[in-house]
Formats: sequence, structure tokens, C-alpha cells
Amino acid sequence: MALTYEEVVAKYEPSLGLEVHVELNTQTKMFCGCATEFGAAPNTQTCPVCLGMPGALPVVNEKAIESTIRIGLALNCAITPKSRFARKNYFYPDMPKNFQISQYDEPICTNGYLDVEVETDEGIKTFRIEIERVHMEEDTGKSLHVGGATGRIHGAEYSLLDYNRAGIPLVEIVTKVVSGTGKYAPEVAKAYVKELRDILRSLGVSDVKMEQGSLRCDANVSLAPTGSGKLGTRSETKNVNSLRSVERAVRGEMIRHAGLLDKGERVIQETRHFQEDTGATRSGRSKEQAEDYRYFPEPDLTPVAPDAEWIERLRSDLPEKPSVRRARLQDQWQVPDKEMAAMVNAGAVDLVEETVALGADPTKARGWWLGEISRLANEAEIELNAVGISPKQVARIVELISVGELTDKLARQVVASVIAGEGDPDSVIATKGIKVVSDESSLIAAIEKAIAAQPDIAEKVRSGHLPAAGALIGAVMKETKGQADAARVRELLLGLLS
Amino acid sequence: MSDLIKKSASELAALIAKKEVSSREVTQAHLDQISKTDSLIHAFLYVDTDGALAQAELADKNHDARKSPLHGVPLALKDVLAQKGIPTTCGSKILEGWRPPYDATVVTKLKDAAVVILGKTNMDEFAMGSSTENSAYGPTRNPWDTDRIPGGSGGGSAAALAAFQAPLSIGTDTGGSIRQPAAVTGTVGVKPTYGGVSRYGLVAFSSSLDQAGPCARTVLDTALLHQVIAGHDPKDATSINAPVPDVVAAAERADVKGMKIGVVKELTGAGYEKGVADRFAESLAILESQGAEIIEVSCPNFRFALGAYYLIAPSEASSNLARFDAMRYGLRIGDDGTKSAEEVMSLTRDAGFGDEVKRRIILGTYALSAGYYDAFYGSAQKVRTLITRDFAAAYSKVDVLVSPTTPTVAFKIGEKSNDPVAMYLSDVATIPVNLAGVASMSLPAGLSEGLPVGFQIIAPAMKDDRLYLVGGALERELNSKWNGPLTHQVPDLVVR
Repeated sequence: MALTYEEVVAKYEPSLGLEVHVELNTQTKMFCGCATEFGAAPNTQTCPVCLGMPGALPVVNEKAIESTIRIGLALNCAITPKSRFARKNYFYPDMPKNFQISQYDEPICTNGYLDVEVETDEGIKTFRIEIERVHMEEDTGKSLHVGGATGRIHGAEYSLLDYNRAGIPLVEIVTKVVSGTGKYAPEVAKAYVKELRDILRSLGVSDVKMEQGSLRCDANVSLAPTGSGKLGTRSETKNVNSLRSVERAVRGEMIRHAGLLDKGERVIQETRHFQEDTGATRSGRSKEQAEDYRYFPEPDLTPVAPDAEWIERLRSDLPEKPSVRRARLQDQWQVPDKEMAAMVNAGAVDLVEETVALGADPTKARGWWLGEISRLANEAEIELNAVGISPKQVARIVELISVGELTDKLARQVVASVIAGEGDPDSVIATKGIKVVSDESSLIAAIEKAIAAQPDIAEKVRSGHLPAAGALIGAVMKETKGQADAARVRELLLGLLS
Repeated sequence: MSDLIKKSASELAALIAKKEVSSREVTQAHLDQISKTDSLIHAFLYVDTDGALAQAELADKNHDARKSPLHGVPLALKDVLAQKGIPTTCGSKILEGWRPPYDATVVTKLKDAAVVILGKTNMDEFAMGSSTENSAYGPTRNPWDTDRIPGGSGGGSAAALAAFQAPLSIGTDTGGSIRQPAAVTGTVGVKPTYGGVSRYGLVAFSSSLDQAGPCARTVLDTALLHQVIAGHDPKDATSINAPVPDVVAAAERADVKGMKIGVVKELTGAGYEKGVADRFAESLAILESQGAEIIEVSCPNFRFALGAYYLIAPSEASSNLARFDAMRYGLRIGDDGTKSAEEVMSLTRDAGFGDEVKRRIILGTYALSAGYYDAFYGSAQKVRTLITRDFAAAYSKVDVLVSPTTPTVAFKIGEKSNDPVAMYLSDVATIPVNLAGVASMSLPAGLSEGLPVGFQIIAPAMKDDRLYLVGGALERELNSKWNGPLTHQVPDLVVR
């Protein structure tokens, strides 16, 4: 019988290792002048260098080095005074030279860390993720296996190769072993990738689009019996293409490993491929026998020796860290910890900030993004920033409410319509004829009608039992089909009954 | 034999400049000599007759622009350099049919200088060899004695000069592939300072050692070609961003007065044939008589050079040659729809590479393997550092170093084919130069039993001009003794 997650984390202590590959958004490739645009027709962004033609030579893209150093600095790394490229040798058809130019024992950045916050049973807790190295390498081409059932190379009738991606600059960020997370390992993994993504985005060095592969995460997971102080055999899960998947993949692997260990079987050291649809992983390449990549220093390139002054200039030009920014915003907006964490988790911080910048009240802006809009995003299973309503539109809705042109209830209709693609708030309101009933004579008439219908309740209110007013207000709202401003109804009602 | 083909490149350039002869006529004369003699010599893998004539006509049309001191002069290009649209095989079956979509930087510079490229010359497969016998397309013969090897790997580029098929050629030198062929064919060849000439478009054998360079029958011609092809190239990260030493002025000055010339103790004595040692000693005497001071210096770590070279070069080669996998260009074996990509790669590499190339790929793969890296590649790199220090110590005492280029004169075809180590020893005097990245020239020192002997000059990095000062001075004296370049004594070729 399969263990539940609670049983897994009671018996076993997980250790994580996260390898994140980031495609830099440089205009040109790592070692040649080819364009890097995503989605171009196959093999149109290639040249003798990135096709590995005999005689062609690589030349380092300075911008890629700059981006990598900035990433290292943002992750509190030491910048290596003289780092080197190395060749990683292995044969694969989508790798033009049958070696990848990468970095081996002399990476450009080493020994950093990133603090991430996770909500635990004891409140928000900070986990420090130590970074082992940040290094540069070139991406490979892409294979498309045609025919066969699985889309994999085995069983395919033929394969097509697209070298547009070959030579796109990649930065690999590798953590040290992450332990001590206990049952929060999946959340810590997700929070790490998310924080890293936010940092990379704030640096402007990558598109960080997991679904397009510009940010890819490999999650190494192992389990050891709780208290043993050992490290178990790890699996390396690839193809994890969203933040949600990072969490699912780690949790799924923990449960799978525990199942094996509990049966007295062993975990095979291998790569696993995450399946978005099922959340399970399937077996990939065995890593039981360490592959020999025959690394050696790349003789076609000279060492990277960044000038100390340049590094300091890059350091002083770093943008505000997302965590610092969050603390500042939390303070400005006067948001409780838990609410702030919820905002971070929902990916709402940027959206709220933009909405506030457009004049909306912080509490109201947060309320909309975390409330109704989040609900609709969850329903549609999409990210909050892709839901189809902009900070500008939300700010306008908040404004319309504050001037009394919309009630909360009407505003929810407007939000739904905007998300449904029916246009801006103002045009939705105009098209649908949405308006707050503000003709006070008809409102007073409705209130008098409610009082007349429930005289005993009216009496209670009159004698000072104010909560009873709710029933009367409800009746008025029903009468006006929700178009009345509830606050104004209350004012008028209390006035009439005083 | 046409008078034109016996002339030096500088003489031809002068005649063309004065319009006494056209580039087309000069080019045609060399094409005629190729068609007359190459069935015997086999210096060329591809003769670009139409292309060469078109380039010559263009040079004639642009006569007044005079793009370089070699405007309109023809040249033979080693088949290891990419020339757009022209078959480039590196002497290997695996690249059969490949026509590069781009020009090597050296080729671009030659075209810009209005130098006419006659065709591609034969070589040991992927420049691995010292005899040109490792070419997949058959050996090149030495014009001095067609039963003998013309050296290697650039045997085609050297033999073309000695056979008067071209007045200029381009070679590449990883461990001696320009200098050793120059020595055994009585021609001049220079391996410039590493990084002095762009490697962009030079199909890599060993990236940290490979260097393209000029070859000719005279020191001045070599300098003129050196000037055309050298200089910083932003497409080659290892290219040196500094002005090219004025090699032409040095070749013209040809003066060794007051120079200190060091004889490398480790590159003389035992293992060097008597004829070779005698010609070397005579050359030293000439230089001394011209005012140079001859000093013996020791470079104790040179004895490790051959071993280090045969770890570093195969290691880099094993990686550089990985790209020949039938996926994008060249030979493809087994593509019948029943085999996997991996099988096609394997079958193609098995059929496409010759024995020497396979031997070195296997050696290099082994040397780079986990667990062996430190002992092999790592130690070899340390030796490299020691050799570089030996050079530095020597250059603190002398301006240039000298030695015989090779221990022997040209050996017979087939003589060392089954003894790779004996073959490797041909390069014992040339290899230290590549390991340290310094500059070196081989020029003729005379004959031993009718076969040419080479004299090697080695200058510090970016002091390539010193090669020409010394080489020019020695050549002037020797040529006056011989009544012209040594190559004028090449026996008439009897084409059967």
C-alpha cells in the first residue's frame, strides 16, 4: 500500500539539489552573431559557427558574460578572477560539434546563496539555499522525432533537427545539497525556483518563461531514513516546466522513493522525465555508471578574466532585490505577513504594485487581485498575470467603486466581463448598462417598502439593535437587483429609523 | 619549361605590376605545369582551373588598384583551409564532397590581396603525419626524388613549390607540418607565432598548436605572403591583437650583425644524419662570418616535448574530429532507413577515417578519460609550461635559436609506414616550437647526397621578423654560392 505524504515525511528526510538552466536574452548567440529569436523557422538562425562547420571558431559574447556575472552577484556569489570554458564531449545528433562548450572546474561564479520564504505550521520561515556554482554554456539544437508512438528517438521513423537553439547562451545555476527542509521540501523547491525567476526577471537577463523553456529546472531528490544523517540515492527529474510542476515533481519523487525504500527496493540513480498530465515521472537515462564527458579546457577560447572595477560597477548597478522590494512594499502597504506571503505565492506583487502606482488604494488593489481575480485565474488554471485583466483596468474599477459608480457586486460582473474579453471597464459598463441605483427617492421608496414588510425588525433597529439592519438592507438590495450602493442604503435606513 | 614558373613570387609580381606579363598568363603557365607534372607528383587534390583563371582576370582588371605586393601571383592552398564552394577534404574520405559555405580568414585575405588560388594541395589526413602518405587520396611525391616523401603533413604545399607548380603556398603547422616538408623539399616555410595568423576556417587538428603559415622558394616571397595573411582576426579568440612584425623589411634587410644566435644543444648531435649536421655547421659558419655571435644554449625539457605533444595533440583531435558524424555534411554510410543515427555515425567514422586518424582519436580519448586525465593530459600541459620556460630562459641570452629542421633528409615512400614512432621522430626538432607558441622558419641549407637539408630558426613570440633577418642573411650567402635558389637544382621531372 502506498504511503501517504505525511507518512513519507515522518519516516524519511528529503534532500534536494536543484539545477536551473536559464536561456539568456542576448540579441545574439553565445559564440557567434546569429539571432536568438524564439519560434523562427527551423535552421534560419544558423551560421558555420553554430552549425559546427569544420574550421569555424567560437568567440565569446561579452554581453552573456556580463549577464552571468550579474546573476552571480545577485546570488551573493564570488566571481572567479580567471575562469575557463571547457569542452564536454559526447555524441548526439542535435549537438553540432559533438561537444558542448561549457564550464567545468573553473566556473565564473561560485559559493552564493539565496534565501527563500515558505509558510510553515509555525508561520513564515526562511530557508537559505546555498548556491554551488553559476556557469555559462551553449544550448544544443532540438530534435523532433517523427513517427512512432512516443515522440522519442526510439521507434521514430525519422528525426528532424533544428539548430536555431544551438549556441544560445545558457546559464546553469546549481545548488549545493539542500537539506533540513523536512516536509516542506516541495514548497522550498518551488519557492527557490520562483525567487530565482523573480531575480532573473528583475535583472532583465532572461525571458524566464518556463513554458517556452527559457527557464528549465532539473530537480534532484533523495530520501534517507529520518535521523540517519545520510544521503540516499538520488533521481534527477527533468522536463519540469512550471513552478507548480516543481512542487509536484519533488513531492511525487519523494512518495515514489519512499515506496521503493519501504519495500526494501533500491532507488535507481537515473534521470526521470516529469509528465505534466499525470504529475508522475518516467524513467529516462541511467546514471548508475557516471558518463565520462572527457572535460578539458576549451583551446579555442581564452580565459574569462573580468576586470575587478567592472565587477564592482555591475554590483553597484544591480536592481533592488525582489526580497528587499517585497519588504519595502509590505511596509508601504501595511500588509500582514500572511497576506504578503499569499500575494507572493499568487504572483500578485507586481500586479498590485502596478495597480497602486495607477492610483488605487493598496488594500483595495490587493483585495481584487487576491480575491475575485485569483479565483477566476484558479478556475481557468492559469497564472494570475495571464488571466486577461490589466493593472490599469483593475485600477479603473477600484476608482469607479470609490466614486460610487460601481458597487462591489457590480464590479465583480465588470471584472468577469473584462476577463472574458469584452473590453475595458468603461465600455463593459456602457454596453451592459450597468449602473448603481443612486436615485434616492426610489431608494427611499424601496427602504420604506422593506420597513413596512418587516415591522418587527424595524422596531429592533429603532431600539438600538443595529445588526438587525442587515436583514432590511438585504431586502433593499434584492429589490434593487443589487444595483444599490449598500453603504448608502444603510445610511438612509438608519436615518429613517432614528 | 616556361621561364615564368621558375621565377619567384616577387619577380612575378613586379612583372605583373609593370604589365610585362598578365596575371592570366602567369596563372596559365602554372596551371600548365600542374597538368604536365601532377600525375607524377600528386601535389594537388583539386585544381580550380576555371576559378583560378577568373581570379587572374579579375586581378588583371583591377591591375591599377594593386591590392598587395603579390597582386596577381598564383598560390596553392593546403586542403585543410575552407574555401567557399571549393571541395575541402583535409585529405580524408570523411569530408568527401563537402564544399564549405564560407571562406577561411586566410582565404579572404588572399582574395583581398588579389592572390590567385590555383587549387587545394594534398596532405596527411587531417594533418596527421610527416610524409603525406596518410592522405586518403594517395601520397605526394618529392620532386627531388619521386620515390621519396615530400614531408608532411603539408607535403602537397611543399612539393608544389619544388615542382614549380606554384610560386607560393599556404601550409599549416601543428608539430612541424610546414617546416619539415620545407626542409625535405628545399623550400622555405614559416610557422608564425601562435595567434599571428587567424585559424578561422582552418579545420582544426589540435587547436592550441595549429598555425597556418606562408611557404615559398625564397625568404622574401615567404615574408611577402606572411604579411598578406597575418594580423588580428575578431573571429578567432586566440588571435593576437597587436601589429604584425614587419617581416618584409626584415627579409630585405637580411642582417645578422651583432645578433646572438643560440644553438640548441638538445637538437643536435646523436640522431642527426651526418649530411644534416654538416650543412647545419656550414650554415652556422656563414652566420658567424656575417657578424653573428653563436652561443650554445640548453633547453633540458625539450626531451619531453615529443611525449607531451603526442598526448596534447591527439586529445584535442579526439574532440575536434567528433563533429565528423555524417549528420550535416560529408560522407554518410548506412543511411538505408534500417539503422539508427548512432549506427550511421559509427559506420561513417569507421569507413571515413584512416588508420592514423583512428589511432590518434583513440589515444586522445584515452588520455582525456576520467582517472587518466591528470597523468596524461595534465602532465603534458605541465611539460608544455616547462618547455615555454626553457625558451624564455634561452631568449634571455640569445635573440634566436637554431637547429637542423629534421634529423634526416627525405626518406623513401613506405619506409616508415609501419613504424609510427619512427615517423613521429621526424618532428622531434620542430615540435617544441608549437608547444611554446613561438615563431619558426625552415630554409634550405644545402644538399646531402642530392637531397635537401633544412635549417631551422626559432624566434620569440611576436618577433617573427627575426626569422627573416637571419633567414635572409643565410639565404643571400647560400644563393650566391648556388647561383640562385636551391630549387633550381631540382632534377627535371620525368613524367611516365
